[in-house]
Amino acid sequence: MNRVLKVGFLLITRLMVLLLIGLCIHHKDRLPTTGPAIIVANHNSHLDTLVLMSLFPLSIAHHLRPVANEHYFLQQNRWLAWVSRQVLDIIPVACETREGDRQEDSFTHRTFLQTCAEALAHNQILILYPEGTRGQPEQLSQFRSGIAHLARRHPDVPIIPIFLQGLGKALPKGESLLVPFLCGIHIGEPVYWQGQKQAFLNQLSDRIRALSTEQLLPA
Amino acid sequence: MVVNWLAVNLLQINRPVSVLWTLAGVYGLLLIATAIVFGLARCHPETDYRELQDRTRSWWIMVTLFSLALFLNYTVSLLFFGFLSFLALKEYLSLIPTRSADRRVLLWAYLAILLQYLWIYIGWYGMFLIFIPIYMFLFLPMRMVLIGETEGFLNAIGTLHWGLMLTVYAISHLSYLLLLSPVGGSVAGGTGLLVFLVLLTEVNDIAQYVFGKVLGRHKVIPKVSPGKTVEGLLGGLVVTTGLAIALAPWLTPLSLLHATCLGLLLGLAGFIGDVTISALKRDLGIKDSGTLLPGHGGILDRIDSLTYTAPLFFHFTVYFYYRGQWL
Repeated sequence: MNRVLKVGFLLITRLMVLLLIGLCIHHKDRLPTTGPAIIVANHNSHLDTLVLMSLFPLSIAHHLRPVANEHYFLQQNRWLAWVSRQVLDIIPVACETREGDRQEDSFTHRTFLQTCAEALAHNQILILYPEGTRGQPEQLSQFRSGIAHLARRHPDVPIIPIFLQGLGKALPKGESLLVPFLCGIHIGEPVYWQGQKQAFLNQLSDRIRALSTEQLLPA
Repeated sequence: MVVNWLAVNLLQINRPVSVLWTLAGVYGLLLIATAIVFGLARCHPETDYRELQDRTRSWWIMVTLFSLALFLNYTVSLLFFGFLSFLALKEYLSLIPTRSADRRVLLWAYLAILLQYLWIYIGWYGMFLIFIPIYMFLFLPMRMVLIGETEGFLNAIGTLHWGLMLTVYAISHLSYLLLLSPVGGSVAGGTGLLVFLVLLTEVNDIAQYVFGKVLGRHKVIPKVSPGKTVEGLLGGLVVTTGLAIALAPWLTPLSLLHATCLGLLLGLAGFIGDVTISALKRDLGIKDSGTLLPGHGGILDRIDSLTYTAPLFFHFTVYFYYRGQWL
């Protein structure tokens, strides 16, 4: 049932993405064909997750697990929460750190890493935005450290950096009207954990920044 | 019952025979071209023919889509050309710099596609002619002013309207051709005219490319498009005019004189349309306008010549053969 929902949803998404947006994909061969893998991308729009999911064949639809803000997707709206759980099958992550609640903080952090580890053990593909939230179109903000913790625990899992271009123009943060624009997808070579947190984060953001310069479309 | 309904409503079997034969001829040529390209690739494995192979493959898809658009019913044809306009406008707006303040204005420009093709669908000739050059020309800047961002206003409205004229207004002339009824000695009507126009424009493109590759010595406008040569241009003109004279009695009501003039006009106009888009891309610093059609670049690269040939062919034909008629 769940899988049927997911495939159906992805089919509709793919059709809408093709008709309304249109994709220019660079290096499609670098996309992983099976899990476990972690997709890491810049985040400018709600369309990002839908577009990234539509890149994969329907046969592994049920293996895709977007990591999403627990407060935004699960605690605000019943319908959104249902879709997020049943169809998108998100891995919730708490983004806001409450002041003075260090204990609960590290607890949710551990549960998150635990859920990710289980997903990766089941050959699933995580989709993750290290910027944490949607920023200005095509401007990379500071990466959060969550991805580094994840990479340290799974040094063998390929982390594929992707630069998404144009979606921040099509549906930016705070807008509800979608304006059709072509979307450029630049897929990079996989990155692995190399032992040092800050160096790893720098390497990852440098990779994505480098991808943003090989432009299919001008900014 | 169902088969009958399908035959009458969906597949318009009563399309003129001459159009059917022309398309059959196109498929024949495509078959020969495919055999040559893939034969060459097999005989000379050391040379890279991938671009030519990609191009040939894309031609098969484009010719098939175009044939389907013509032979399914009239509504499908309109949807096809409307969608073509949409893809072209989307590509154009993605390539040029736009202001984030203008999102709603851009949405109106997209909506103009729907309306322009609606006028064609209901056969409102006057509105079809003036909707974008007058009403959208007046409306879009007003909408922009209401948003209130004045920095870059002239650039934004100028580029938007130029794109709308090119990708929607000019291209929509293709589908209005379908509404023209048979006149004179011709039985092929609007479908014949449309096939005639598109075939000549594309053959002109190919002939210019081939003559330029084989004989090209003298550059026409090296600053805009270094690949364009005098030899290519002349070769294209000769082939296009010859084909126009040969096909005119078959597909159109055009006299020999008019067919000759049109051949020359289409050859030249196609060239100008081509280099206009080249100038746009050069200004923006890009090579191909997209990756939708392997080997051909984007949609804009494919319809560049048509943006010039379609309106000119339409008005030439209407002036000489449908003058004073209610279209």
